[in-house]
Amino acid sequence: MGDPHPSVVGGCEIQSAVSVRDVVRHFGRFAALRGISAEFAPGQLYVLLGENGAGKSTLLRVIAGLLAPSRGSVRVLGSENIREVATRFGYMGHAPLLYEEMSALENLEYFSALYGIEDHARCEEAIRTVGLDPALERRVGQYSQGMRQRISLARAIVHGPELLFLDEPFSNVDVRSAKQMTTLLARMRDAGTTIFVVTHQAALMEPVADECIVLDAGRLIAREKGIPARLLTPYLAEESAALRRHTLQGNAGEVEP
Amino acid sequence: MNTAPGLWAITRRSLAKDLRLEWRSKDAINSMLFFALLVVVIFSFGFDPTAEESRKIAGGLLWVAILFATVVALNQTWTRELRNQVLDAYRLSPAPPMALFLAKTVGNFIFVTILEVLMVPLFVVFYNLRSVGPLWQLLVVAVLATWALVVNGTFFAALSIRTRSREIMLPLILFPISIPALLAMVDATTSILTGDSSPMFWIRLLAVYDLVFTTVSLILFEPVLNAE
Repeated sequence: MGDPHPSVVGGCEIQSAVSVRDVVRHFGRFAALRGISAEFAPGQLYVLLGENGAGKSTLLRVIAGLLAPSRGSVRVLGSENIREVATRFGYMGHAPLLYEEMSALENLEYFSALYGIEDHARCEEAIRTVGLDPALERRVGQYSQGMRQRISLARAIVHGPELLFLDEPFSNVDVRSAKQMTTLLARMRDAGTTIFVVTHQAALMEPVADECIVLDAGRLIAREKGIPARLLTPYLAEESAALRRHTLQGNAGEVEP
Repeated sequence: MNTAPGLWAITRRSLAKDLRLEWRSKDAINSMLFFALLVVVIFSFGFDPTAEESRKIAGGLLWVAILFATVVALNQTWTRELRNQVLDAYRLSPAPPMALFLAKTVGNFIFVTILEVLMVPLFVVFYNLRSVGPLWQLLVVAVLATWALVVNGTFFAALSIRTRSREIMLPLILFPISIPALLAMVDATTSILTGDSSPMFWIRLLAVYDLVFTTVSLILFEPVLNAE
């Protein structure tokens, strides 16, 4: 049987960071992914766009090995067995994947130990990298949502992954911190890390994205260099419309003095 | 480049983390203690046995109370891993799944042992117990019986973790499987307390039960952990 993941360009074989072939994922009768095939080159920053339910998070979970595809195959960093490359990628999910009863540093020390790293200074550095103070003794349960997101990012990068999957990393994060996170991601990409970001805040990623992948109803419908204005516009238009609605509703509720 | 961590190092780390979390939240210990105390007090109001009768029924009462209390703790163990989907972080890591199972089982063994240390003196007082047989045998039974309860319980709690009504599912699966162990621990305890017969058959049965179920749980835990 032939290799289902051939990546040959001009007679030279190129090792994709991630390769998916005809991936289908069902939840009961619902098809969340409907035959997605794509190759993703290393050292690039990919932004996954699409409406709610388009299959962005499911695709990320399938690639990361958290969900098995119902059909098709996934190859990550040259391996079809995700456990073989587990030390080489990081994942940040919708939920922070942190213990609320432990501090940020305690969380990072535990999770880095799972990767065979027993390095207190490295954990402190990861917390500093996301703009937080490692001396914070408060437990994660007492952090704001935005702080949890940043610690979650620190957890995902503490072992120095070559490949990074981020699912809605900017939700509940203020604009300044989100920009800091974006700068960090760009720096990591420049250092050779392959990054996948699922987000609804396309404008935030626009300055740093190498390529955007658009999903709709479980299908990959477009791949574009950067995030073109025509793809950015619907998101900006949506945000402006929501803001306008919010303002109008607020005005309607006001009482004339 | 990072290397995959060892089984024992991760088991130790995960156990230390579980003990720290329990020390801070006291979720499992508090609910177990409250439940077991309630059972002891209600039983003592419900029966008024003589010393001889006490020796005959105490083994059953004690182990049934501990079994029910253990179920409460077992549910807490995995619920903690579901909060914020922390279990996903473990599944993504190169850490061996077996290490998580061992850490959870040893952690639960420690919690249930603490419960037993606190509960047994109360039983002795409430039921005016005096053992006729050798006490060291009671110690052996306690260790083997506690391991039997927690090894099965930890495994089946992990199995029912993603079901909607996991609090009901766990006893439904666990109790029938635990019947041979429960029979052995109750009969061994009664034999030692009354001195009527040798408990050795029941102790051996418990040891075999522990061996079989520990091996099966260790082998089957990885697919259970990764089931979606």
